[in-house]
Amino acid sequence: MSSRLINWFKFSSPASFYPLARKISVVSTVIAVVLIVIGLYMSFFVAPTDYKQGEGYRIIFVHVPASWMSMFIYVVMAGWAALGLVFNTRLSAMMAQALAPTGAMFAFISLWTGSFWGKPMWGTWWVWDARITSELILLFLYLGYMALRAAIDDPRRGDRASGILLLVGVVNVPIIYYSVKWWNTLHQGSTIKMNNQTTMDETMLITMLIMTLGFWAYAIAVAMARVRTVILERERSSTWVRGLTAAEI
Amino acid sequence: MFKPLFWVIRRDLTIAMRRRSDVFTTLIFFVIVVSLFPLGIGPEPNTLRQIAPGIVWVGALLASMLALEQIFSADHRDGTLEQMLLTPQPVSVLVVGKVLAHWLVSGVPLVVMAPILGLQYDLSVDVQLILVASLLLGTPALSLIGAIGAALTLGLRSGGVLLALLVLPLYIPVLIFGAGAVEATASGLGGQAHLSMLAAILVGSMVLAPLATAAALRVAED
Repeated sequence: MSSRLINWFKFSSPASFYPLARKISVVSTVIAVVLIVIGLYMSFFVAPTDYKQGEGYRIIFVHVPASWMSMFIYVVMAGWAALGLVFNTRLSAMMAQALAPTGAMFAFISLWTGSFWGKPMWGTWWVWDARITSELILLFLYLGYMALRAAIDDPRRGDRASGILLLVGVVNVPIIYYSVKWWNTLHQGSTIKMNNQTTMDETMLITMLIMTLGFWAYAIAVAMARVRTVILERERSSTWVRGLTAAEI
Repeated sequence: MFKPLFWVIRRDLTIAMRRRSDVFTTLIFFVIVVSLFPLGIGPEPNTLRQIAPGIVWVGALLASMLALEQIFSADHRDGTLEQMLLTPQPVSVLVVGKVLAHWLVSGVPLVVMAPILGLQYDLSVDVQLILVASLLLGTPALSLIGAIGAALTLGLRSGGVLLALLVLPLYIPVLIFGAGAVEATASGLGGQAHLSMLAAILVGSMVLAPLATAAALRVAED
């Protein structure tokens, strides 16, 4: 019975995960390049011009997938942190660590492109809209996690401390989102609605999905490449890493 | 379960009373920060009345954040904290006791001082009452949430700045509802809903924050 089950814990060992990560990284790099090239071509040349916002709306094809990814990656990191705290596996914390810079980058891209989009559409670089504000706070949470990680020298303590921080953060994200939302409606009433186009052209939707999948593949590729370096750095005194470097030299 | 709780509270209060200057530093910081804003913005009473809730609240938030480091650091340095973790009592109860004592020492003075600062901003009596009520509900929540950050950064090199980076984003809901309650009362809408939300945050953080703090302390003392 047990022989038929896949032994998931086999790959929780950094040594056996290291070669697998390389394979996943290569495959998803290829997928990411293909999808993003197709997605960018479609977003610039295939998707129709928006009747209200003109050509400027095309920034949506980067902006929305980046926002989705920034939120999704935080939840994934919290999931890895929970796994790491429960099973005490080193690799889980390494995965969370490897994902953090990518998530922070997506949050930043989301804010940056949003700002570029807001200037021609709303006439301002920044609005204290609920979603923009919570995206900014999400970026702060990423930065806090990375700062805590970097401040702790002992890697095992860093794993667990930053894991607790991630879990605290993920509990707080919905609370922060709703409080910001209510704060905004109480303050000024939403004069600008970001979702005024409820019906979307099908080509636009497909383009956005392709871009999202491309960003997914990118995030996986980069996280796997980064986790490989994290593994090498952390396990540098183990025999298998020494064997690896000796073989390369 | 209540015996160790009261023991921790009494012990921490005794220590705080023998080092009274720490209490006053936090309080004076609060007064100075809140008094700086009119100097930067200008003495126009209408503007001041409008921004008062936010400024008093941000001042209280920063002051209570600065006081956070003291919750665990002295006990961590002389090893008392390690001994506390070794006792058979649940760590989260000890954490609740320490946070409560900390709030009595650093939070309550802020609440008492707030109406006097409100006078500087020409707030009316009923707005002042809501200000005190919101601070009374909000500052313990700040201490509870902040304790997680204090435990996580225990004994780290750049503890103070890092603590601010970790804790301030988590403070945002408390700030929104706290300042919102005062503002809603001032504009005649009534601050009931905001106060209820603050109370909900307080209850929620009272349940969850000590668990996270206890876990973080175990990591730090390992």
